[in-house]
Amino acid sequence: MSDVRVIDACNTFCPGPLMELIAGMKQAEVGDVIELLSSDAGSAADVPEWINKVGHEMVSSEQVDGVWHIKVRKMK
Amino acid sequence: MRILIVGGGMGGTILGNNLARRLKSELANGKARITMLSASDRHMYQPGLLYVAVGQMMPDQLYRDQRSLLEPEIDFHVDPVEEFDLDNNRVKTKSGKTHEYDVLAIATGSRIVPEAIPGLAEHAEYFYTEESAVKMYNRLREFQGGKVVVAVGVPHKCPMAPLEITFMLHDYFKHRGMSDKVQVHYTYPIGRTHGLEPVAKWATPEFDRLGITYETLFNMKEVDGADKVLHSEEGSAINYDLLITVPAHKGMEVIEKNGLGQSGWIPTDRHRLTMEGHDNVFVLGDTTNLPISKAGSTAHFEAEAIAENIAAMAKIGTPVRDYDGKVFCFIEAGRDRATYAMFNYQNPPDPKPPTKAVHWFKMAYNQLYWASARGLL
Repeated sequence: MSDVRVIDACNTFCPGPLMELIAGMKQAEVGDVIELLSSDAGSAADVPEWINKVGHEMVSSEQVDGVWHIKVRKMK
Repeated sequence: MRILIVGGGMGGTILGNNLARRLKSELANGKARITMLSASDRHMYQPGLLYVAVGQMMPDQLYRDQRSLLEPEIDFHVDPVEEFDLDNNRVKTKSGKTHEYDVLAIATGSRIVPEAIPGLAEHAEYFYTEESAVKMYNRLREFQGGKVVVAVGVPHKCPMAPLEITFMLHDYFKHRGMSDKVQVHYTYPIGRTHGLEPVAKWATPEFDRLGITYETLFNMKEVDGADKVLHSEEGSAINYDLLITVPAHKGMEVIEKNGLGQSGWIPTDRHRLTMEGHDNVFVLGDTTNLPISKAGSTAHFEAEAIAENIAAMAKIGTPVRDYDGKVFCFIEAGRDRATYAMFNYQNPPDPKPPTKAVHWFKMAYNQLYWASARGLL
């Protein structure tokens, strides 16, 4: 079973949630799932854009109490 | 209270000096002791490497003797830690000595890993060490024209560095009368020109105005040095004549080897700055896994918060202050203009248009840094 690692990037501005996700994906193994927590509404758009461009898998994306929970699976 | 600081960079040095002042009487009467273990007897002003790379500072301007920066009460040893035994509150050093502590602060910093991208270390220039910054300057001097590509690894120290080196390269070639022969091309890992949206909103029209081209959502995959092509994870490729990189970073090997944190980043509480699961172990600077800027100013403000807390622990038995995420970064916008970004966990930055006055303040800070390291500024 793949690991699920949580990256809490809420209330941080620099380098920002997507950059934290990219760094986290570099550490992960193929098949791992990472859950990004972000209070930046822009993450709901820019994370899927990057995931699609690179070829990773979007598992889920939902907003709970003002925080975006975005799960992605490393595919390569 | 036995206080042990591991690391003699900016964070460790400011922490030690700040603590020594706060605990003057406790150090004098033997109720507190501060020991610092470092890998070097020299202290480098790392932001100065940016200027070395474009010929605006000399390497010897970047160093001071570490002992000369420290309050005399600090027991300083050039003897890096090799083993952390956190369960028993002790560390073992390269020389074989064991140091026991009541409170530990880990400030070991980070290192570049250009070798993580195939071909990058061999074919790109960078400026994160003295040797590489001098080498990069020599390449710039020899460069006769063509496409200069700036590529950025993740994560990297100093989030402003990609923009700064790009603007400084533009002005360097302009100053040499080579603007018509050189095309500076900037790449960035996410979908805008900087992680901070307000900074990106300022930088992008600046690029347009200066004729600097750019490509976003570009993460380095490999460098084909024979054909001078940089490939991205996203599937694009860029031809270059001169490749400049801000390489990816990792924490120090000793952190990984001791199992303190993946990739050398220690899991850290974002407000208390303690290591997860260890209330008597503080972490600061690049060494934390916090999702905030890996920058000297981060280490500086974290060190002040930690010093206040350790001193309070010595005096009243409990910490008194949370770190609020404060970061202040100068942003060089070329050879003679600069701006800045200041922010914390709750408040985003609002950078102003660059001015010569801020640039000259940055020039002054390059010297004032030594007062910061001494804990005076």
